[in-house]
Amino acid sequence: MSPASGGTRIAWRLATVTDVVRETPRARTLILDVPGWPGHRAGQHVDVRLTAEDGYQAQRSYSIASAPEDARITLTVDRLEDGEVSPYLTDVLRVRDRLELRGPIGGYFVWDVALGGPLLLVAGGSGVVPLMAMLRHRAAALGTADVRARHGTPARLLYSSRQWDDVFYREELARLAQDDETLEVELTFTREPPRGWTGLRRRIDRMMLAEVAWPPGERPQVFVCGPTPLVEAVAAALVELGHDPALVKTERFGPTGGSA
Amino acid sequence: MNGDDARLDGNAAAGILSEVFVPDLTAARATCANCGAIRAMGALLVYATGMGTVMRCPDCAAVVLRIARTPTQLWLDLTGARLVVMAGAAAPSVT
Repeated sequence: MSPASGGTRIAWRLATVTDVVRETPRARTLILDVPGWPGHRAGQHVDVRLTAEDGYQAQRSYSIASAPEDARITLTVDRLEDGEVSPYLTDVLRVRDRLELRGPIGGYFVWDVALGGPLLLVAGGSGVVPLMAMLRHRAAALGTADVRARHGTPARLLYSSRQWDDVFYREELARLAQDDETLEVELTFTREPPRGWTGLRRRIDRMMLAEVAWPPGERPQVFVCGPTPLVEAVAAALVELGHDPALVKTERFGPTGGSA
Repeated sequence: MNGDDARLDGNAAAGILSEVFVPDLTAARATCANCGAIRAMGALLVYATGMGTVMRCPDCAAVVLRIARTPTQLWLDLTGARLVVMAGAAAPSVT
């Protein structure tokens, strides 16, 4: 039985921040030590709860960025300017601070190598976080496997950002793709591509998906995560292209900071 | 913020549902009482506000589940789900 689908209730735990890494001007990766963590599957999230001195509580969901194989749990949090929780997590929280969280949560938007491929990941903005957990898991699980196993589970990430500075995990994505001929990473920029950029430079649309996705007949497993309008446009376009709706899993997040 | 932008997936309700159900409900399959569509609950549409969480059928938009927390109680309305099937939920042993 997988973590979080077993027989115990998901508990609130006290995590300790062991490091804070600047990911983009607005986003920070929180590296956490979570005593008693039961393990997770790539794609799951946690609920984070903040309590003010007067007892007022605010709670938000954040996707787990780390692979199940990683020693530490990491969350990457994008600061929402009018957010109630994210500015505290990105700007105030320091190493050794503690944080209340419960998880891992959600057994629907998850992927592991046992589910096979091809694996098509489509991200908008910070929606890349749970998909990064899937790519990290795939690299960790297939890194030592033979070439045939990797070729049996090829992966593609199509990732839309406004501009170069907004791209999460830039160097790691480039390194993963360089080390693995069965992983392709395609970036697209909607506002300002970097100077000299010859790649994609528009919102994700049906034509782009037709080029990047596998043919529907190959039955790729698709995970789409990002702002609600992007997720709905991508899911609708994939179904129009002939992909089985049951293979297209979505995780929308709203402006109030739902998942991721 | 308009209503469409506030629409989330069933995943977003997984935390509050975990307060009631031990097996993960988002991986369970629900039959809509209105139209009969069978969907993973993670694929339902979720509208979450301070008032509570409403899960709707993506096919016919009928309410499948409502869950809300008051200071002292948790309210759950499942009349919109004709059937919920949890795959892999281990049966308790009866020996």
